[in-house]
Amino acid sequence: MAKSLGPVKRKFSPWTDPSATPFIRFENITKRYGDFTAVDNLTLDIYEREFFSLLGPSGCGKTTLMRMLAGFEEPTSGRILLQGKDLSGVPPYRRPTNMMFQSYALFPHMTVEKNIAFGLEQDGLAKPEIKARVEEMLKLVKLEPFAKRKPAQLSGGQRQRVALARSLAKRPKVLLLDEPLGALDRKLREETQFELMDIQHTLGLTFLIVTHDQEEAMTVSDRIAVMDKGVVVQVAAPAEIYEGPNCRYVAEFIGDINILDCAVTENAGVCVHPGHPPLVRLESDGMKIAVEQECPASNGAKVAFAIRPEKVRISLDPPVETDVNTAHGEVWDIGYLGDFSVFLVRLDDGRILRAAQANVSRLVDRPITFGDMVWLTWPLDGGLVLTR
Amino acid sequence: MKSSRFDSTVLTFCFAFLYLPIVILVVYSFNASKLVTVWGGFSLQWYRSLWSNESLMDAAWVTARVGVLSASIGTVLGTLAALTLVRFPRFPGRIPFTGMIYAPLVMPEVITGLSMLLLFVALDVDRGFWTVTIAHTTFTMCYVAIIVQSRLLTFDRSLEEAAMDLGCPPVKTFFKITLPLILPAIVSGWMLAFTLSLDDLVIASFTTGPGATTLPIKIYSQVRLGVTPEINAVCTLLIGLVTIGVIIASITTKRNEARRIRDEHAAIRGVL
Amino acid sequence: MADAPAPSFAKASPLRWLVVIIPYLWLVLFFAAPFLIIFKISLSDSAIAMPPYEPVFEGFGKLGDFLSALDFENYQSLVEDSLYLAAYLSSLRIALISTLLLLLIGYPMALAMARAPSTIRPTLMMMVILPFWTSFLIRVYAWIGILKPEGLLTVALQAVGLLAPDQQVEIYRTDYAVFIGIVYSYLPFMVLPLYATLEKLDGTLLEAASDLGCPPWKAFWRITFPLSLPGVIAGAMICFIPITGEFVIPDLLGGPETLMIGRTLWVEFFGNRDWPLASAVAVVLLLALVVPIVIFQNQQQKVG
Repeated sequence: MAKSLGPVKRKFSPWTDPSATPFIRFENITKRYGDFTAVDNLTLDIYEREFFSLLGPSGCGKTTLMRMLAGFEEPTSGRILLQGKDLSGVPPYRRPTNMMFQSYALFPHMTVEKNIAFGLEQDGLAKPEIKARVEEMLKLVKLEPFAKRKPAQLSGGQRQRVALARSLAKRPKVLLLDEPLGALDRKLREETQFELMDIQHTLGLTFLIVTHDQEEAMTVSDRIAVMDKGVVVQVAAPAEIYEGPNCRYVAEFIGDINILDCAVTENAGVCVHPGHPPLVRLESDGMKIAVEQECPASNGAKVAFAIRPEKVRISLDPPVETDVNTAHGEVWDIGYLGDFSVFLVRLDDGRILRAAQANVSRLVDRPITFGDMVWLTWPLDGGLVLTR
Repeated sequence: MKSSRFDSTVLTFCFAFLYLPIVILVVYSFNASKLVTVWGGFSLQWYRSLWSNESLMDAAWVTARVGVLSASIGTVLGTLAALTLVRFPRFPGRIPFTGMIYAPLVMPEVITGLSMLLLFVALDVDRGFWTVTIAHTTFTMCYVAIIVQSRLLTFDRSLEEAAMDLGCPPVKTFFKITLPLILPAIVSGWMLAFTLSLDDLVIASFTTGPGATTLPIKIYSQVRLGVTPEINAVCTLLIGLVTIGVIIASITTKRNEARRIRDEHAAIRGVL
Repeated sequence: MADAPAPSFAKASPLRWLVVIIPYLWLVLFFAAPFLIIFKISLSDSAIAMPPYEPVFEGFGKLGDFLSALDFENYQSLVEDSLYLAAYLSSLRIALISTLLLLLIGYPMALAMARAPSTIRPTLMMMVILPFWTSFLIRVYAWIGILKPEGLLTVALQAVGLLAPDQQVEIYRTDYAVFIGIVYSYLPFMVLPLYATLEKLDGTLLEAASDLGCPPWKAFWRITFPLSLPGVIAGAMICFIPITGEFVIPDLLGGPETLMIGRTLWVEFFGNRDWPLASAVAVVLLLALVVPIVIFQNQQQKVG
């Protein structure tokens, strides 16, 4: 990527430092089940203390990848390195990774305390030491009063915390989280996301999380790897994934987006505004589009223009003195989301574009309503040219 | 509701049909009269005469020993067989193995009994206590295998993975996680095996020898001679024993059931 | 969601194979091998000796003599003596009628159980299982006391006035008594699989049918019954096969004219001490039971 887009969450970006050594390295990993290729020649680096997400639809290979790191699956080819050491042939019970299972996998015949102590007992730690560590963990997840309960006597949120405490108790070098918050309701999920980030920061551990929930991935991660059909499509920080998707798949998978098929009409590398990227001109069924972007596409190339609804301005008045980056149509449908309203505008040529507008006032009747003829406009840096 | 009245009528009749003969048998075991059709007042005399009937008591003792021993061996073998069925989905010879597990469940007992007998004759083994025990072990292990298998099929494998992930080697994981969780199924398997052995007439008749007459064989030969109140008493005792066993077993399985349902719920929520 | 198929982390160690080998060997030795022996003996001749058949296998040196002494004579007598054919057919007839009776009684019962409030369902379940755990022998024995001419049924009917004081119920030692005994003994075997499928049936399906204008009795035939067919088939198989080979019930409740193959086998074996012939009867019975099952399963697989 040419430049980082937008602010990152915190000043932590070892992946931009070419001298940094990766903590975990997936090296040309392929995993096949019979004819089915779950993971296809995948290479990926994860750095120490990173909160890393594997994001993708179900069946994209993300869980398989995580299970290979935990040791439950062996790669068909390729190798996984942890701190430079090859993990091939190391059974799960000798790997310095711990996993929080999607189903939590709490031992139903053991109390909360016993569940958390289980891993420590396997290491043969002394009794007082185990006791101290269990107490520390219970405190960390705020479950001290529930130490003597069985998992069945806990709520879903509490069980999730026990699972977290149990997998953290051994201070693993890497904590693997498989859809950790999938079973929680929305509000609890949001709270827990922030708690997870806090815990990760406090303990200074490396977290690898598997999720199909893009909001979750965006909230918690330092970096996200978007996966599709066994390959990583893009690896980047959340803001970069959102604002600068490198292909249609990522653009459509993360958030809401308008995509128009276009042809490049002019890409001469001319900078209109000093300091900005050069201007690319496109045409889509007569619609003239201009984007400020470094783009390898030559004249006549078929590309896609992508723009997020919140970057499209909707207005009853026509734009002044321009026929670029503008479209005219009728309001076809309105989705009221509380904080935002999404307008589906049917263009004069029949295509539909979405524009989102923040609901800044409490007015129930919006000035723009069904059937209104409206103008859509967007700035030069609002959209993106996608070459694949 | 109309259908609910129909349902309760059906249930009343069916359960009356199922229980009336047993209840009559139990009641008449306390009958002072020797005639089935005459109520001569409450009496425990048949239980007393039972106690002094040495050949019946011997048969009971043989039956109990055969039952405990064959149920125990059958439970171990059946559990291993269940593990094989569930955890080794692709091993050579799986299809005949599955066949051998399911066949004894439907095989007419005369065939099972005859075939076992012919084996013992061919091997030139003296028939008696041990041959009956082996025969019972063979058919009861299949019932245990089915029960334990059904528990293992719903077993959440991620529990074992979690244990291994936390540093527990496979064999230890089996004993610390898997075994405690499938134990209720193993216990009810044992109970079923024990009662099946206790009840069996046909297979025992074929495979037994001198000095190893089991209770059902004894009862059968007495029944053929006619109904005797003493047999009523034996049967009542056996029914009582089985009832207690079933109640204990159902209490343990109910707990197990609740746990299974919970596991499944957690998994389902995970899927959604 | 499940991205990954079943885990394969634990490489099979030699120790793990013991789990397979021990029960496997046991079943091969004590379950499969005996069938080969049955087959071999069914080809032998009856003899007054111990064991009461010849030839007896005497080492591989005399293998040729041994094999040449085997023949199909017993099967021939099975075909020639109409008694055996009649016994097979009679067994199948009794098993078929009993299975139909069981379905007729078991289905409404299972349905009523499945529709009962979920709080009492486990209790009902246990009430069905309980007699299933008590001895067959005892349950059949209980019916003797009821059905015999001077038994409780006669007394009861006389008391009600349905029977004159000098009349007696003539059911004991007839086929009717056998049907009663079989239905009584096998009812739990029929009800449990039926109940298992009916209970799992999604209640909203019937609500949907009713919502779409289907009256309850029609909904039963168009929704409930077709969906419960697997249970019907399972219950019928579980009952039909062992009933065909049933011995205790026809022996204790049936009359001298009640022909069932299990009883014939028993008599050949214990009464006439003709082991080879008994073995031939067993082989034919086994084939008569296994062949339909295999055909049925193949059919099922084609459908599935």
